[in-house]
Amino acid sequence: MSEVPSDLKYTRAHEWLRLEDDSVVTIGITDHAQAQLGDLVFVEVPETGSSLGAGDAAAVVESVKAASDVYAPVAGEVVGANEQLDESPELVNNDPFGEGWIYKLRVENPAALDELMSAADYEAFAESEED
Amino acid sequence: MTELIFDHSHPGRSNGAQMLPPAPEPDDLPEALRRSERPRWPEVSELQAVRHYTRLSQLNFSIDTHVYPLGSCTMKHNPRACNALAMLPGFLERHPLAPPEAGQGYLACMYDLQNILAEVTGMRGVSLAPAAGAQGEFAGVSMIRAYHDARGDTERSEILVPDAAHGTNPASASMCGYKARELPTDEEGDVDLDALRDAVGPQTAGIMLTNPSTVGVFERNIEEMATIVHEAGGLLYYDGANLNAILGKVRPGDMGFDVIHLNLHKTFSTPHGGGGPGAGPVGVRENLLPYLPTPMVAEEDGRYVWRTEADCPDTIGRMTAFAGNAGVLLRAYVYIRMLGRRGMERVAEYATLNANYLMTRLREAGFEVAFPKRRASHEFIVTLKREHDQYGISAMDFAKRMLDYGFHAPTMYFPLLVPECLLIEPTETEAKEDLDRLVEVFTTIREEAENNPELLRTAPHTLPLRRLDEVRAARDLHLRWSPEDSEPATGTEG
Amino acid sequence: MPFIPHTETDVRSMLDAIGVEDIDGLFDEIAGGLRAGELEGVPEGMPEMAVNRLMERRAAQEGRPLCFLGAGAYPHHIPQAIWQLTTRGEFYSAYTPYQAEASQGTLQVTYEFQSMMAELTGMEVSNASLYDGGSALAEAILMAVRGNRKAKSKRVIVPRAVHPHYRDATRTIVRNQGIELVEADFDRSTGTTPLEQLDAALGDEAVAAVVIPQPNFFGRLEDVDALTDRAHECGAQVIAVANPTALALLSPPGQWGAKGVDIVVGEGQPLGIPLSAGGPYVGFLCTRKNLARQMPGRVVGRTVDAEGNTGYVMTLRAREQDIRRSKATSNICTNQGLMVTAATLYMSIMGPEGFERVARHCHANARALRDELCAIDGVSAAFDGPFFHEFVLRIDGRPVTDVLGDLAGEDILGGLALEPYYDDLGDAMLVCATELHGEDERRAFAEALARAVA
Repeated sequence: MSEVPSDLKYTRAHEWLRLEDDSVVTIGITDHAQAQLGDLVFVEVPETGSSLGAGDAAAVVESVKAASDVYAPVAGEVVGANEQLDESPELVNNDPFGEGWIYKLRVENPAALDELMSAADYEAFAESEED
Repeated sequence: MTELIFDHSHPGRSNGAQMLPPAPEPDDLPEALRRSERPRWPEVSELQAVRHYTRLSQLNFSIDTHVYPLGSCTMKHNPRACNALAMLPGFLERHPLAPPEAGQGYLACMYDLQNILAEVTGMRGVSLAPAAGAQGEFAGVSMIRAYHDARGDTERSEILVPDAAHGTNPASASMCGYKARELPTDEEGDVDLDALRDAVGPQTAGIMLTNPSTVGVFERNIEEMATIVHEAGGLLYYDGANLNAILGKVRPGDMGFDVIHLNLHKTFSTPHGGGGPGAGPVGVRENLLPYLPTPMVAEEDGRYVWRTEADCPDTIGRMTAFAGNAGVLLRAYVYIRMLGRRGMERVAEYATLNANYLMTRLREAGFEVAFPKRRASHEFIVTLKREHDQYGISAMDFAKRMLDYGFHAPTMYFPLLVPECLLIEPTETEAKEDLDRLVEVFTTIREEAENNPELLRTAPHTLPLRRLDEVRAARDLHLRWSPEDSEPATGTEG
Repeated sequence: MPFIPHTETDVRSMLDAIGVEDIDGLFDEIAGGLRAGELEGVPEGMPEMAVNRLMERRAAQEGRPLCFLGAGAYPHHIPQAIWQLTTRGEFYSAYTPYQAEASQGTLQVTYEFQSMMAELTGMEVSNASLYDGGSALAEAILMAVRGNRKAKSKRVIVPRAVHPHYRDATRTIVRNQGIELVEADFDRSTGTTPLEQLDAALGDEAVAAVVIPQPNFFGRLEDVDALTDRAHECGAQVIAVANPTALALLSPPGQWGAKGVDIVVGEGQPLGIPLSAGGPYVGFLCTRKNLARQMPGRVVGRTVDAEGNTGYVMTLRAREQDIRRSKATSNICTNQGLMVTAATLYMSIMGPEGFERVARHCHANARALRDELCAIDGVSAAFDGPFFHEFVLRIDGRPVTDVLGDLAGEDILGGLALEPYYDDLGDAMLVCATELHGEDERRAFAEALARAVA
């Protein structure tokens, strides 16, 4: 089974969120998601300053055989994006929870984060999807 | 490894036979608008060019050289007469804007072709303008939109597509400003009727269907589907990708479709040319006639004339600068005249015979097909999920190994809903002994997968190149030659 | 049975293997009511010999007129080697090169095409071709609107001096995507798009892209540097529509203005593709490297195989419809592979010098022809200023269509009447000369035109 750090929140779209302070979260895709996609060849990160609604497409991750949207799990404003991915999309494959982060969001309503899955819930969810 | 044509270049070498005498300086052209340096194109002799491109051609698999069972692509024999007759000087030298009175021969062929295609599809009118299948789809959905708009029915926002549809379907719907909504496929390969009933509504502009479908079976509920969609006020679009399976046997118009496109490079055997040109004529029922793309050919008092925007005020307009891929249309016309009425039916009959025979033989050989309870149309799906789980090989590995045995690979990983799938379409022009050989190759490769899976994972082994690194190509983009790629120190001259 | 190899024995044993009585049994899942009856509108089949006769007769009806029609499709000399090689079965009957290892021929040809087109246009990258010049312009506009996220605008300026059919095709293709096409008028005395007209079209609103033709539909050369710079000042991307032959003499779009254009499209037909009643042709699209991912259609890239040998694959695949589906950059699937092969061969066989000479002859013949025709009473040049190989004439005294009709009666296609396209050019026709139109051809035209206008 792939790695699922216990200190993060997760979504059904296989994204993880790390709460950086009261309202800013860092968002990326999980180890499981990167393994499904295969070697990434391109990541399109959102523009800093843009505002996103919950469920809006925020970023695109591309492998040679697939392209997936990365959705904003909650509404907010983009306050940072991992520009390193422009040159090195493989960071998402090599270190999905660390250097492979995708963007940072200032969350409109931090309470919305409570709806997201814990590591244990996500692990069970990802396993059920496998079947 | 083959050098680039640039590697054969020597400054100052030229091809004298093509060299016009020196011409005067274009001194009336303002200096600021003039080019200062020539493009760095190769400077080679005619022989060098001929040899280079002949050698390159030999690196291709093609129908003329290999069995090519590529599902959904209908890689059948491309008769040489079609090419030779479309390239008669009268046709080749015809200017697209030449007036009809300058020559009626080409227009006569196009007029016949429009009518024949309308007849075999059960449509009322046909336009030959779209340059390819995807453009035909776009034209078709544009006409659906124009139809609703003309009725003031502007709230329709969705096009329904089966989840197994070709990617061009949802992409074409998007280009027409519609949202594509997916319909699930049931266990036997038909569209899920309950899901369709739930999905239709006042927002439904139409549905795009391929029939036989992209999973290689005939959509049995087509009449009921047509009723459901029509009752909701939507129109039915027929993607002609698989018409080869039912040519002359069943007409899309009789199934209830309102608008269709055809892929002449599939059903009507025009060449695929290494990726085009195609041709994607569209046909419509009476209610959509005003919207057909221009130009079209009409007959007036025994003469053939063009119909353009001026004659068709409600047309969706032109698709390309001129009248579509005329030379492709001529090739299809020659093919059709050779086949005739009965020959067209035989296309469907023998394409279906070959597919069902091959499917039967592969099942007997122990391969799993995706829809075992169904007849194959002109194609069928083998799933290698079991081989994948048991031997750790993928459909891609299997496909690459087929190349070593001199067979082009089937279509891989389409449709997406069947895991580790190969979509196999033998076409009517392959002989039984070649199908038998294909079964032997499948069996051999599965034995290899069991005994030496590495052989598959590292295939191909016998081609000029081993497996190519697509990840590297996409991460580190090299989309063109530049002079530093042809360092003279390392270049070799033949 | 044409093209079907089965013997009766084959059919019997295949049906037995499947377990059906006859071929019709294979269609038993199709409701009987759906089965078509006799297709009366389809003629009976004919042997190849009879089809030969039919087609030869029809081709002969086309005649072989002396053609001074251009307007987006140009008669040129095509070296014999080109179509002999292009129609080799290995190129002709191959599919899209998805199986790269079995398609290196097509892939490498395409890579060479991309390289040569990028060189010609002065751009960094090229795609593997689009259907034709007209649809390529539409795709370029969609690409510019997609790529110019900063402008957040869907307004695109398209001068009236762009080919009217290109503008029609563009309207058809972009119509349902909320894109606003704004015309910029041309100057009545020069036939070009002056800066003031661009400014008038730009207005105060944001603009995503500006289209600049070179030469324009009237054959005239636009002041491309000034137009490009002005468009860039307004935050718009610049799309050049260029004739490839003209680029042998003219500044490549990659060098227009201070920064060069962003996208170049055009019709590749002059590069070894026959007129063939309008197609198949080959649209080209070149751009900057940083916009490569926004390109529609296929593109070939260089890579290595498992042993480190250089090879070629289709790349940036995830933008395309078969993977990205409704979010693809375009619904486009095929390129014009066979035409790419022909164009690549043409560029290789002509070479940079041979090609430049072709362009010089086109230009010199067109200049000479204009002078010769304007010496005829009642014939005059519509516009002042330099042109490449097309020009507009005004005809006094007789309707242009009558004049063209008379010429056609003498087996000369004298040009295109502009009245259907431009109300204010009712007495004008567009005429083209290429390297094929030497002294003899021009004299025949001038004499016939003199008779026609007299």
